[in-house]
Amino acid sequence: MVKGQVPIEEYKTGNTKHAWDGKKIKAAHKILAEYTFKNDGITHGYANKTLYINLSKAMIKEKPVTPDMKKKFTGGRGFGLKLLWDSIQPTTRWNSEENELIITTGPLCGTTQYAGSGKSLCLTISPSTDIICDSNVGGFFGPYLKFAGFDAVEIQGKSKEDVVIVIDGESQKITIETAPKEETNSHLLNEQLTHMYASDDSDTSRQKVSVVSAGKGAEHSYWGCLNFSFYDIRRKVPRMKQAGRGGLGTVLRDKKIKAIVTKVDRFDGVSNNPADPVSLAEVGTKLHKEIRDLDRYQCNMRAVGTSHLVEIMDEYDLLPTENYRFGSFPKASRIYSPRFYDLFTKVIPDGCWHGCTMACAKTVDGFTVMTGPYKGEKVTVDGPEYETIGCGANMSLWDPLWILEFNFYCDTYGLDTISTGTAIAFYMEMYEYGILNKERCGGLELCFGNAQAALEFMHRIAQGDDNEFIQIASKGVRRVKDWLIKKGWGDPNLINDVGMESKGLEYSEYVTKESLAMQGGYGLTLKGPQHDEAWLIFMDMVNNAIPTFADKAEALHYFPMWRTWFGLNGLCKLPWNDVEPANNAETDEPAKVPGHVQNYVEYQNAVTGWNVDKQELILQSERCYNWQRAMNVWLGRGCRTDDWIPYRSMGPVTEMEYLSRSERYDKQLVEQLNFSKKEVQAMDTKTKIKIIYDHRQNQYQKLADAVYYRRGWTPNGVPTPQKMKQLGFNDATMLSMLQKKIDQDEKNGLNVWGGTYADDEKPPTDEPRYWENW
Amino acid sequence: MQKIKTVKILKFYPEKCNGCLECEKACSQIHFKTKEGGDKSAIRILKNKDGYQMNVCDQRGLCLDMCPVGALTRRKNGIVWLDKNICIGCQACVGFCPIGAMRKSDARIEPFKCISCGSCVRACPENALELVDKKINEVKEVVYHNLGV
Repeated sequence: MVKGQVPIEEYKTGNTKHAWDGKKIKAAHKILAEYTFKNDGITHGYANKTLYINLSKAMIKEKPVTPDMKKKFTGGRGFGLKLLWDSIQPTTRWNSEENELIITTGPLCGTTQYAGSGKSLCLTISPSTDIICDSNVGGFFGPYLKFAGFDAVEIQGKSKEDVVIVIDGESQKITIETAPKEETNSHLLNEQLTHMYASDDSDTSRQKVSVVSAGKGAEHSYWGCLNFSFYDIRRKVPRMKQAGRGGLGTVLRDKKIKAIVTKVDRFDGVSNNPADPVSLAEVGTKLHKEIRDLDRYQCNMRAVGTSHLVEIMDEYDLLPTENYRFGSFPKASRIYSPRFYDLFTKVIPDGCWHGCTMACAKTVDGFTVMTGPYKGEKVTVDGPEYETIGCGANMSLWDPLWILEFNFYCDTYGLDTISTGTAIAFYMEMYEYGILNKERCGGLELCFGNAQAALEFMHRIAQGDDNEFIQIASKGVRRVKDWLIKKGWGDPNLINDVGMESKGLEYSEYVTKESLAMQGGYGLTLKGPQHDEAWLIFMDMVNNAIPTFADKAEALHYFPMWRTWFGLNGLCKLPWNDVEPANNAETDEPAKVPGHVQNYVEYQNAVTGWNVDKQELILQSERCYNWQRAMNVWLGRGCRTDDWIPYRSMGPVTEMEYLSRSERYDKQLVEQLNFSKKEVQAMDTKTKIKIIYDHRQNQYQKLADAVYYRRGWTPNGVPTPQKMKQLGFNDATMLSMLQKKIDQDEKNGLNVWGGTYADDEKPPTDEPRYWENW
Repeated sequence: MQKIKTVKILKFYPEKCNGCLECEKACSQIHFKTKEGGDKSAIRILKNKDGYQMNVCDQRGLCLDMCPVGALTRRKNGIVWLDKNICIGCQACVGFCPIGAMRKSDARIEPFKCISCGSCVRACPENALELVDKKINEVKEVVYHNLGV
């Protein structure tokens, strides 16, 4: 293992080398459209224009960013919402001609002084959910897009043949070029394009290129992710970060885009043109020092990345095991972070954007691929992160090497590890019950722990295998549930309860059974069950800091708004609370990490020259959050029924689950549901499961009531025109659409609270149409 | 790497120092073309209760593995060198230097550090500074996470 201070040029990964004739590959390109632009530079974080590309019409143009757009939507994901609203229809679906793939940056994106400042935000109408999906991703693309001259790029229409889109900040030219000869799978394609488009044959030049691509898996499934490259001058490979959730890569390939390339000629520490670079460097350096001094005693991100979570989750019964049946497992220590630490390359800056000293983007170099088309080759595997390891646990894979194999192929095929892993885990459980079997699975023995079968499943997806199971299973849990029920192969209740999806999107990797607030954190979300809006398990379950519905609702208001803010600015959430100031525990609200919130106030002011306070940060998010929910309503979703979550995420579905934690559940029957110990002893397991089932379903509905009320929505979860006006929106189409929906709901009797309240309990308010008085 | 064996680092004789700060002024002249010294000097002379102490880079090179763009290298003469044309101003080296010897001035975003050029030695009227040869292996230090989880 390398001991450090190795000169960059002497660093070796041991990876298999490729010799491609880049000139020949490039010579096969035919230019379909070309556009010359002028980079006007960046003013206080904004390039002040966005790029519009229409592939059907081979059209490229610029759109201005107005002061009003900045005021209402801030940037990043907010800009993405605005651009989508201007371009799509309520009938638009993922593969519609007018659907867009949008990559945005945000005013703070590209800053090098503050850790975690290189995120791009990607938006589209998702194939999994039919509503807006937004995904936050690292890599160099976002910063380079902005330094090239654009706050966002939106791509509409579809190409007839495979293309690459090149945004060249050096020659200030944008081209759409056919790309017949390139590879499709990302680990090869990104390397080819990085070499082909670098200004010269040097690592410094290659580092100024970033590629967005998906792979063969994205073409044939709904789990397509986008791989954002960042060239590593030491490893000499374009590494990748994924915009994983919601099928963005599927949309990329549906548009016949092989890749989007961006490059810059140069940039420096003030390319973002901050209003106050001195204060910016001060606040950034303060955080660097905190990470230096505290990370090793807190999360140890610099050493093992997010994999440190595995042992914590296992300890607290939160690590999803065998399709979320259990939260811990006797074999789990085999995939604890020290096992991955042994494999990770050390002593290298591992940030996915320059200056991120949290450096959680770990890799395993020289990994020997064990299956599939690249068997025997040595490659760099980016990751695995906690979620991917959690998928391993969920599929009952307890070998770090198989988790790496799964990680590698997910990435290069352009498959979201979370959706793929969660779905396979569900198929495995169905297999265990005999609802699926070898024959029904196209010859795959998809039982828990069968890593080879899981990998074979992925290879067959990438090959476009036309077997019925592969075709349907690659579209995700929801489609498989419907398919299994239609075939009459199993109990529909069981299938619906254990298939871990909500809104059509697969769950990410936390067991939420004992935390009601976190059930809301997954269910009462914009895009689907993803923990990027709130992670409240410890607050709720361990510390019992938010005991009442109103407390939980407040948390499910504040934290989603706060975390949305990172996406508006092009930031990563991790440096906010994965390192905390030494005195954080002594502050009024440690869960909010007030010291770091103040950092972000100073940071945004230093870049933009504004004079905002912490309330204004939340307001920025609240505008976009409500706008996105309203757009979901406009798309025919975004109501209480859409916030449904599977019972597996609320409580024990099967007797085995109940019995494995029977002490806990029996105790709850006594303490929370007022049964006597004798009564509980006399009940059979089925009865106990049913009582807990009814109770928890009702708790969830009561939580939804409280949260909708707190967020300023109707009891059916619809944002009200009154709320939107309060937030400064006056778009007549939006306001009248919402009013119409609320009137319809009123007619259909949907504007009523969802929970059943006991005599001593109350819904959030007794006042009907309470929102009209706001 | 093996080829480079020694490096010149500054040695300070506090008993000779009179606190005139001529060294800082000479240093800021090198880095920022000004006689201001202070924040614009890579060497700092600080007063303590017993007299004076020096704070300056000892060329241990911990920062080398911090730089994401390869702006920090150990040069042929063993000096840890920051190329400000490559530097992207992230301040990772500033934040992680355990002795605060990688410095940042308000004048520009890129940090700066001692390059053992000897102008402070020449400027010192009391001969309180000297450049001495040290074996790199004796001063070298690598980032902490190599030490284990």
